[in-house]
Amino acid sequence: MSSSNSNSDYEHYYVPESSKLPIFASLFLFVTVYGAATLFNNMSGMPATFQGDWVHWILILGFVGFSWVLYVWFSTTIRENLQGLPSAQLKRSYVMGMMWFIFSEVMFFFAFFGALFYVRNLAGPWLGGEGAKGIANMLWQGFQYDWPMMITPQQAAEAAGGQVTAMNNEFSGPDKHMAFPGFGAMFGWLPLWNTIILLSSSGTVHIAHHALKEGNKKKMKLWLGITVLLGIIFVCLQAYEYYEAYEHYGLTLNAGIYGSTFFMLTGFHGFHVCIGAFMLLVMWLRATQRDHFTPEDHFGFEAASWYWHFVDVVWVGLVFFVYIF
Amino acid sequence: MGDHGPAKGLSRWLFTTNHKDIGTLYLWFSFAMFLVGGIFALVIRAELFEPGLQIVQPEFFNQMTTMHGLVMVFGAVMPAFVGLANWLVPMMIGAPDMALPRMNNWSFWILPFAFFMMLSSLFVEGGAPNFGWTFYAPLSTTYAPPSVTFFIFAVHIMGASSIMGSINIIATIMNLRAPGMTYMKMPLFVWTWFITAYLLIAVMPVLAGVVTMMLMDIHFGTSFFSAAGGGDPVLFQHIFWFFGHPEVYIMILPAFGIVSQIIPTFSRKPLFGYDSMVYATASIAFLSFIVWAHHMFTVGMPLAGELFFMWATMLIAVPTGVKVFNWVTTMFRGSISFETPMLFSIAFVILFTIGGFSGLMLAIAPADFQYHDTYFVVAHFHYVLVPGAIFGIMAAVYYWLPKWCGNMYDETLGKTHFWLSFVGLNVTFFPMHFVGLAGMPRRIPDYALQFADFNQIASVGAFLFGASQVFFMFIVIKTIMGGKKATDQVWESAEGLEWTIPSPAPYHTFTTPPEVK
Repeated sequence: MSSSNSNSDYEHYYVPESSKLPIFASLFLFVTVYGAATLFNNMSGMPATFQGDWVHWILILGFVGFSWVLYVWFSTTIRENLQGLPSAQLKRSYVMGMMWFIFSEVMFFFAFFGALFYVRNLAGPWLGGEGAKGIANMLWQGFQYDWPMMITPQQAAEAAGGQVTAMNNEFSGPDKHMAFPGFGAMFGWLPLWNTIILLSSSGTVHIAHHALKEGNKKKMKLWLGITVLLGIIFVCLQAYEYYEAYEHYGLTLNAGIYGSTFFMLTGFHGFHVCIGAFMLLVMWLRATQRDHFTPEDHFGFEAASWYWHFVDVVWVGLVFFVYIF
Repeated sequence: MGDHGPAKGLSRWLFTTNHKDIGTLYLWFSFAMFLVGGIFALVIRAELFEPGLQIVQPEFFNQMTTMHGLVMVFGAVMPAFVGLANWLVPMMIGAPDMALPRMNNWSFWILPFAFFMMLSSLFVEGGAPNFGWTFYAPLSTTYAPPSVTFFIFAVHIMGASSIMGSINIIATIMNLRAPGMTYMKMPLFVWTWFITAYLLIAVMPVLAGVVTMMLMDIHFGTSFFSAAGGGDPVLFQHIFWFFGHPEVYIMILPAFGIVSQIIPTFSRKPLFGYDSMVYATASIAFLSFIVWAHHMFTVGMPLAGELFFMWATMLIAVPTGVKVFNWVTTMFRGSISFETPMLFSIAFVILFTIGGFSGLMLAIAPADFQYHDTYFVVAHFHYVLVPGAIFGIMAAVYYWLPKWCGNMYDETLGKTHFWLSFVGLNVTFFPMHFVGLAGMPRRIPDYALQFADFNQIASVGAFLFGASQVFFMFIVIKTIMGGKKATDQVWESAEGLEWTIPSPAPYHTFTTPPEVK
């Protein structure tokens, strides 16, 4: 990719002909979220326009349609690139688009980390009666703030015989938590292995990227394949951790704010790992089946690897603030 | 490539990748939403014409206040600015189109679907969202109507639309400027949108995060906003306003840019203090991230929080003062003429400043305990949004419409529209200061007798303002249908690349970039 700003860059900015893709993307995105909302309301026993056993098909139709549009859209973009239509300048637009998209993802996680910090440093201690807000403990008698929060204010107040009002849900803290078990027991602690796996996968994708830039495609395919495998192993271990949490730890979405923050942060991270691994898998297929990348022109690969580094960085934040401290 | 004209019929609008077509779509969509949101406002004002309940039930009244706010913020003001950016940014920087034209179309077409989903909830069991446009938990979680789930997903896809739109604007400005168009030569409208786009990318994901937490609390048993499980309803307010405060600047910064284009043209002088305008805009954007809790002075924050957010908020008056000073100084000793866009811009400067001053009053934490959740707050933010954002958009429409459609609007009609709007909005919103200071709470369908006079005045003003916007639609359509042909430069001393191309602007402009000296 040329970084020079010569005037020739400007003269061939590729403005595509009108396209049917966006309107179908909008339509299927709408069907997807409409289906999801209908399904959730059905599940929770809340009224929705459509009721019945079949409503999940709206969501499935939307999702399949949306995936199909994205497939065609990306294929179109790749085909245009193979035809040499985009100028160096348009490619820079793609690079910027990806960069700022990742920034928006960072801000999405920022909201959840912010919630975690607020609960742990402010709301939790106040509920426990600390500071000028000790009055709050009148509502939740006997509640002691501790993190991970094993006993919710509701449980504490009920145990203390206090009256609990305005409740539409039962929040019982977990029996066991996922926090760092100390150095003695750390090798039996799943998040440690997950950390090793995800951090090394950032390394392997980096090796693959360098191999590609050196023109060593065989090496690139190998290390990219390893990265995808590591990503899949991570997701499997994470699923196992969730199984353990639900079956043996009593740690569920219902388990008070500890469970809420734990599953939202690790869950959205895991979801992003799935997306990242899928992107890398697509890149691996493009490399092995279609020989799409050249040492000079491989932004699809690079974008996917940026995304992968991003989910890795989020994981580091999770390890520190969700698991260790 | 490059020379194809627009497609015929409906497919032109459905499949287009042209920034001018998409800008037009955004603007018409926004105007439609402006009228819908306006009808909701008139239902509110009709009910408040007299004390007592006469037209609607409290439950429906709450749906009206909620939907009025949501539709105006997300349906009218934001899409209008994105529409203006689509039309103007490429022409102002000498670019052939937006950087990512197909994604541009996608950003737009998400919106009609999102608003279909949100507005259709008016007709379902349990009614539309009724928890205010700020949708505080637990009103929006534990006590919410079933339509809240649809509202949440509508917000999600609107957010996706905004983020994609902003990425597109940023890529366009960073990457597609014509040779010689350095950052500090960019027109201020481009600058203000550049900064606005960053605000959008930074805070729309936070909004997505907070509605996702709501969704989880409602359907999956989490306790983010429930103290029983160790969460906190106030957490909702913190996250919401971390989005919400930058959001209100998203709705005003592009208007700052618009008046900074218009005032120099009709003062026949260059803008005073261009550099300081850029720095002031950036400062306001930065400060917008560290003032959010001034919306929540009364929730019981620690004293340190009250003080920090109070001082940080008052600091915003400094860069805002710089801007007002520059606009006034631009006019000083200028050879001013008062065409419609200039009238709207001058009204903007004066009335927005009034809104800014009432904002300073609200920023004083101890005083805010008196004003909080009263009609004084309603008066304040309508003074920054109606003569601020809305007048900015109208000024822009009158200023650039001749460039877009090739015809001059009728100056007499434009001025009539201005004066009707100007009188209408002041009659509507000025009395709200008084009833607010006297203690009338916001978001209520009924009120004590002593507030009746000012409320009646406000309601009369609201219907006058509403009617004059139908008149505005008539003026715009009349101009598009025909009228005196506009010259290429349109305005005697207008400067900028968009005035160098023919009127109406050809379907494709600057396929070869101009050289900017």
